[in-house]
Amino acid sequence: MPKITINGKEIEFEKGMTVLQACELADVEIPRFCYHEKLSIAGNCRMCLVEMEKSAKPIASCAMPAAEGMNIKTNTPFVEKARKGVMEFLLANHPLDCPVCDQGGECDLQDQSMYYGVDKSRFVENKRQVKEKYMGPLIKTQMTRCIHCTRCVRFATEVAGVPEIGAIGRGENMEITTYLEKAMDSELSGNVIDLCPVGALTSKPYAFEARPWELKKTESIDVMDAVGSSIRVDTYNWEVKRVLPRLNNDINEEWISDKTRYSCDGLLKQRLDVPYIKKNNKLQKSNWDEVVSILVEKIKTLNPDEIGGHIGDMVNLENALSFKKFFSVIKSNNLEFREKNFFIDPSEKSNYIFNSSIKGIEKSDLILLIGTNPRHEATMLNARIRKVFAQKKVPIYSIGNPGDLTYDYTIIGNKTDDIKKILNNESDFSKILSSSKKPVIIIGESALELKSGKYLIEGFKNFLKNNNFINKDWNAFNFLPQNASTVGLIDLKILSKEENKRNSFFEKLKNNQFKLLYLLGSDNLDIKKNNEFIVYQGSHGDRGAEIADLILPSVAFTEQNGLYENLEGRVQECKKASYPIGEALEDWKIFNLISKALGKNENLLNFDSLREEVLKSIPNFSKLNELPNFKNCELINTSPYFESEEVNIKELDYFFTNAISRASKTMSECRQIKHSSKKTGTDNL
Amino acid sequence: MSLKKVHVEQPKEFKFSSENLRKAEEILKKYPEKNKKSAVMPFLYLAQRQNNNWIPLAAMKYIANFLSMPYISVYEVATFYTMYNLAPVGKHFIQVCTTTPCLIRGADKIVKLCKEKISPNENELSKAGNCSWMEVECLGACVSAPMIQINDDYYEDLDEKSAKDILDSLIKDKPLKPGSYRGRTNTSPEKKQNINGENHA
Repeated sequence: MPKITINGKEIEFEKGMTVLQACELADVEIPRFCYHEKLSIAGNCRMCLVEMEKSAKPIASCAMPAAEGMNIKTNTPFVEKARKGVMEFLLANHPLDCPVCDQGGECDLQDQSMYYGVDKSRFVENKRQVKEKYMGPLIKTQMTRCIHCTRCVRFATEVAGVPEIGAIGRGENMEITTYLEKAMDSELSGNVIDLCPVGALTSKPYAFEARPWELKKTESIDVMDAVGSSIRVDTYNWEVKRVLPRLNNDINEEWISDKTRYSCDGLLKQRLDVPYIKKNNKLQKSNWDEVVSILVEKIKTLNPDEIGGHIGDMVNLENALSFKKFFSVIKSNNLEFREKNFFIDPSEKSNYIFNSSIKGIEKSDLILLIGTNPRHEATMLNARIRKVFAQKKVPIYSIGNPGDLTYDYTIIGNKTDDIKKILNNESDFSKILSSSKKPVIIIGESALELKSGKYLIEGFKNFLKNNNFINKDWNAFNFLPQNASTVGLIDLKILSKEENKRNSFFEKLKNNQFKLLYLLGSDNLDIKKNNEFIVYQGSHGDRGAEIADLILPSVAFTEQNGLYENLEGRVQECKKASYPIGEALEDWKIFNLISKALGKNENLLNFDSLREEVLKSIPNFSKLNELPNFKNCELINTSPYFESEEVNIKELDYFFTNAISRASKTMSECRQIKHSSKKTGTDNL
Repeated sequence: MSLKKVHVEQPKEFKFSSENLRKAEEILKKYPEKNKKSAVMPFLYLAQRQNNNWIPLAAMKYIANFLSMPYISVYEVATFYTMYNLAPVGKHFIQVCTTTPCLIRGADKIVKLCKEKISPNENELSKAGNCSWMEVECLGACVSAPMIQINDDYYEDLDEKSAKDILDSLIKDKPLKPGSYRGRTNTSPEKKQNINGENHA
C-alpha cells in the first residue's frame, strides 16, 4: 500500500483515497463544510486547506488525491492562516443570528469558527440579504445563512434522485433554490436539513421547539416501514421533539425517510389516554376495572372459536407474543396479522425475508421488481437501489408499473403470463437473468395478493435454485414486506394456516363469524362491521378505535422497549425514549390484567421472560442487530395454482400508512401538497 | 447583471421554429450522444434569438426536455451567464460598457444620457416601448472606448453628442449606422503619422 506522511507521521492508505481521507486515517481532524462522505466531491468551501510540501499554495485536501510520498502538514502557522482567511470570507456574508437560529448548538460553522476562526470581524460593509425560499412543508429556509456548500444540491441529485435543487445566479448573487420554489418531490427531502452545515435549511415542524442540548437522546429504530432504519429519538420531558437518523451502513446509511423523521408529531396527537366504552353509540371515558370486567364477561360467554384477533403494523415482538399467549389462554387460535390476504409460506425463513440484504444490493448486477413500488413501500431500500443504479448502472426491470422510482427501469410485462414465461425459460429475459452473476429478485406484497401468489414464490425459488442463485454467498430471492411487524410475526407464526383456507381468519371475518374481534394496534384491516363486539387496543384514536366498542389505551413504539425484526430478518431493539401518557399501559400488562380477571393467575407474563421466549422462537436467529443465519432450501416439487392475471401494484398512500402518520399534522400537509400537485400538474411552468 | 430575475408574465408555450430546429440538430451533431447536454448554451442562445432577445421559462423547459436534463440545470445555466436575458428587453437593446477604459473615456456620460432619454433605471422599457438599456462589463473594444452595443452591433468612439444622436435615432426607430463615430476604419489610427521618415498606418 502507498504511504503518505501526515504531520511527520507516516501512514499507509488505500489507493484512490483523497488527502482528507488519509488525514482521517491518521486521526487528524480537517475542518470541512462541503465535503461529505456519501456525496460527490465539490471542493468549493475551501475550509479543508492543508499544506503540502513543494506546493507554494495550500491545497484543498478533500479534492486532492493522495499520492505516494506526499508530505502533508496540518498544524503549521501557514495552514492556520489559510483556515482563518477562509473562515473570514465565509463569515463575511453570514449573519450573526446564532441566538435565534435553530442550528445553534449543532452548527458546523459555529463550532469551526470557534476552533479555526478569527475572534473579530474586519468586515464593515453590509452583509448580503437573500430572500427566503419556499421548499415545502418540511424544510424551513433562511437563505441569508447559506454558505453555498452545495451539499443539498448534490444530495437531491445523487442520492434522492430528484434533481430539483440548484444554485442560481453567480458570484455574490448565487442562491440555492428549488426549481421555481416548488416543494421537493422526494421522500428523502428531510435529509438536506442534516446535511446543511449551517442554519440555512432547518426543520419546519421543529422550528424554535428546543435547543439540542436540552434534549434527551435515545438511540432506537424506526417502525414506519419494514426497513427498520436506525434513528435517534430526541425528547424534551416526555414529548418526542424530533427524530434523526443514525449512521448504519447496513440499513439506512446516513439517511431516513420523511415519514420516519416527521411523523413524530403524530405521537402527541389523537392519543388514547384512558379506556373508553361505547354506550348509546357514543364512546365514553371509563376506567380499567370497568373495561376489563366487561371484556371478561364477554369472553366468558363466547365460544373461543368466535373470538378473532388481529395484530397491527407496529406491534413489537414481545407484545405480539403476549397476545398469542393470551389467545391460547382463552383457547382461540383465530390470529392474523396480514392486512390483505397475501400468500406467505412460513415453513422456511428465507421465504419471507429480504435474503440478499440491503447492503447486498450494492453487489448485485441485475434487479427485478415484481409487483412492488419500493419507493413508497421501503424508501431506504429504494435509495440503495438508486445508489447501484447511479454508481454502477445496474439494469433494473419491473413486472407491473410502479411509476416514478427516481431511476430508470424497464417494464418487461404486467401479467402473470410474463412471469410464467420467464420461469419456463421461454422469454428473452430468462437468458439475461440466468447469465447475470448476482441478481436480486424482489417480490412485493401486491404480487403475492394474486391468486398465483404461491406459484410466484415457488416458481422463482425453483428457478433461482436451478441457476445456483440461492447459496451461502448469494441469495437472490427476496420478499419485500411493508410493515415493521410483518417478518417477526411470521416468525412467531401469528397467521392462519394456508391449508384450511375455508376456515381462515379472512373467511371468518368476511362472513362475520366473529362475535368478538380483538384488534391489537390494528388500523389497516378492512372490516365490514356487522354485529361484532370490537375491542381496540392501541395508542392512537384511528380507524380501529373508530369502529371499536371497547378501547384499551396502550403505548406507542417510542414509549416502551421492544424487539422488531426488519425485512432482512435482523432483530433490533426499539428503545424507550418517552413515557406512556395517561393511564395507557404496555400491551403485555393489559393482557395480564385480563388474565387475572379471568382467574388465570398462573398465566401471568413478565417482560424479560417474553423477550427470552421471543429470541428463542425466531428461526435462524444469530445475534441482535445481525443478519439471520443462512439455511439452504430444497427444490419444491408441487404444481401450485396458476392463473393469468394482471400484476397491479397497489398504490400506498405514502404519508398516511399507519396510525401515527395519520395523526401527524406534518404528514397530512405533505399529503395535501402531493395530491394538489398531482391534480393541477406541475407542468404548466 | 440584473436581468436574472424571472419575468412575471410568461408565454405558455415555446417551440423552436423549423429553421432553429434544423440549427439545433446541427449543433447536437457536435457533441457525443451521452454528452448532448453540452448543447444547452447554444440552445439557450437560439431560444433567446427566436424570442425577441429574451428567454422565457417555457423555453428552458423545452430545452431541458430536448436534451433530457433536469429543469433546474437549464435554469442554473441561464441564470449564471449575464448575456442570457430572462425578462423582455427593448427592440433596441443598449448595453453600455462601464468598465475602466470606457469609464475613463466618459462612459458615465452615456449612462446619464440613457437615464434621461430611455428610462431612469436599467432594464426598463422606454416610454415608446422600443428601447431598454443596461450597464455591462467590458465588451472587449477598449481601443475605441467609450462604446455601446446595440443588439448585435458596436457603436464606438462615442462622445456625448454622438451618443445623443444614436439614442435619439433609436427612439425614432431609425437607428444610425454602427461603427466608429470619429471616422476610423475599424480600429486603425486616426491620422497617418510620420515618425522618423516612416509612414505609420
